[in-house]
Amino acid sequence: MERRLIQAVGDALAEEMRRDPKVIVYGEDVELSITGDMRGLHETFGHDRVRNTPICEATLTGMAVGLASAGYRVVVHMMFSNFFYTGMDAIGNQMSKLRLMTGGQVELPITIIAGYGGGAANAAQHSDSAYPMLMNLGGINVLTPSTSADAKGLLKTAIRGRNPSFFLEPSGRGGDLGEIPDGDHLVPLGVAAIRRVGADATVVAIGRMVKPALSAAESLAEQGVSAEVIDPRTLVPFDDAAVLASVEKTGHLVVVDEARECCGAASQIAAVVAEKGFSSLKGPVRRVTTPNVAIPYAPNAEARVLPDAERITAAVLALVGHDRVPA
Amino acid sequence: MTTETEDRAPNAREVTEPSTEELLSLYERMLLVRRTEERLRDDSAAGRLPGAVHLYIGEEAVAVGVCAHLSDRDYATSTHRGHGHFLAKGGDLNAMMAEIWAKDEGICRGMGGSMHVADLSKGILGANGIVGAGLAIATGAAFGAKLDGDGKVSVCFFGDGAANQGVLMENLNVSTLWGLPLVFVCENNTFSEFTPSREVTAGSIADRARAFSMPTVEVDGNDVVAVWRAAGEAVDRARSGGGPSFLEAHTYRIQGHFEAEAFVLSGGRYREDGEIAAWREKDPIARLGAKLLSTGVAGDEVLADIEARVAGRVEDAVRFAEAGSPADPELAEALMFVRGEA
Repeated sequence: MERRLIQAVGDALAEEMRRDPKVIVYGEDVELSITGDMRGLHETFGHDRVRNTPICEATLTGMAVGLASAGYRVVVHMMFSNFFYTGMDAIGNQMSKLRLMTGGQVELPITIIAGYGGGAANAAQHSDSAYPMLMNLGGINVLTPSTSADAKGLLKTAIRGRNPSFFLEPSGRGGDLGEIPDGDHLVPLGVAAIRRVGADATVVAIGRMVKPALSAAESLAEQGVSAEVIDPRTLVPFDDAAVLASVEKTGHLVVVDEARECCGAASQIAAVVAEKGFSSLKGPVRRVTTPNVAIPYAPNAEARVLPDAERITAAVLALVGHDRVPA
Repeated sequence: MTTETEDRAPNAREVTEPSTEELLSLYERMLLVRRTEERLRDDSAAGRLPGAVHLYIGEEAVAVGVCAHLSDRDYATSTHRGHGHFLAKGGDLNAMMAEIWAKDEGICRGMGGSMHVADLSKGILGANGIVGAGLAIATGAAFGAKLDGDGKVSVCFFGDGAANQGVLMENLNVSTLWGLPLVFVCENNTFSEFTPSREVTAGSIADRARAFSMPTVEVDGNDVVAVWRAAGEAVDRARSGGGPSFLEAHTYRIQGHFEAEAFVLSGGRYREDGEIAAWREKDPIARLGAKLLSTGVAGDEVLADIEARVAGRVEDAVRFAEAGSPADPELAEALMFVRGEA
């Protein structure tokens, strides 16, 4: 069945809420669902299970820990990944640490949903790709679906899971249509998808960046360069093996990450390949990221800082050129 | 200070008094916390404990008076000064001691330590090293209790320091709005770490709850019977669907912010010895002991028996901890996620 990405999210929530009465959803404006991904849930499941909250992120994240400790499966909608910053104590000090701190007594089946990324002139405080800090915490799954099928399958897996997971929706891609397999569609965490098979360079593209990476691969093909595009689908856990196998074949790696360059997901992936796949590399690893700036409002200024197909194409050509033009 | 009768909510039950049995139980539980912590104080000073300990000496009446109304099914969140809440809520002394000694037999297998003692099987959702962090966790547990609809309540212990965190306002708001079965227990021990509270706190803490029209009581936190009475009303209200209540217990931290604080203070002072001495005169355990004797509830020999029993339990706990195995370092990797599961 063909569904838009936000519809796939809503389908996953409805299916899991029907399956398990312990699944509770709350957040700011979830009843009307201004982001569209929870539309109809409040009418179907009622106030006990789908509930608007005050604007108080520090409490929303902390409550998730308490409600999960009381035996519920908690889904919190936080709208934009920038709002993680205001809810960060319970993320950084509680939900990511309590399982260890309690010697394994506690399980926290918490799923936090939020959009991330730029491209819509939402300016600096609504456009961050705030996942690198989550990756650094250690106790949290980080999910970055790029298709309707993965959005549905990853979210269902997260809600049924026994660990905290952040489900990050690619802003501006919610209307994208995609085919979803029928039935109880689940996607495992930690398994990458090869979006396009290629031989000359590996392009690892995260979430929102899969689309421009595929456009870049198209134009590279026209120039006789065959790029393999890998969508990791989850950053924690991360499918090292898929990326290493691809780099072994192509010898080149470009990582496309909308987060800022410093200590971003691209940096982590580059480090993994440098440590475990160095002998496969025929040249340096390239990162295509947002520079270390806040996202500006003006569309022309925003377009300048966000990774796009042109920058990805140029990065791949610069690497592949090493093979073709002897120094 | 005992103004609990002034603004009692209309739906509160008639005040009852603790029975003889309950009085003796309150006394023994306070004494257990006290003697345990005196031992921790001494072992910390002797360098036998690997990490810092934050002691509750002088404040025992609050945890004990409140938790007397709770069962294992009820929830409680605690603070970095959490040994008293853990023991009062029914946590195992041996397992707590082993935890503080960093042993595998510890309640958190040595992964949490003094500041993070928790026993989920007893509804003890954990001591917490982040000031104010327990507020939202307790609210979330209260939301779960309300959804379960079976009369469980959630209690949040926090201090005057946490009362200055913005999340207090958020949680007063949400819990009132949703009518959650929650009791806020602010232990005003007059110090925000190393700073007298009055220097960093505007107005009255209890007034912050009154602003939400929440049933609010201020109580002498060194009078365990007064705490027991006020907490009983608040817990009953929560259990019967009457929503959240707020209890501010005025008490005093006899020990420093943490043991060995003299080292970091390096000669600096934030209070006078006379102030500590004056509060020692209001010691909650001595006060209840004197009352038990003067009212004939117990004689010297009964109190001596309790003292001996408590001393034996503390000694056993220390022996249990000393004899324990070292914590398993592999656990750090193994425990971050529930493995084999999403």
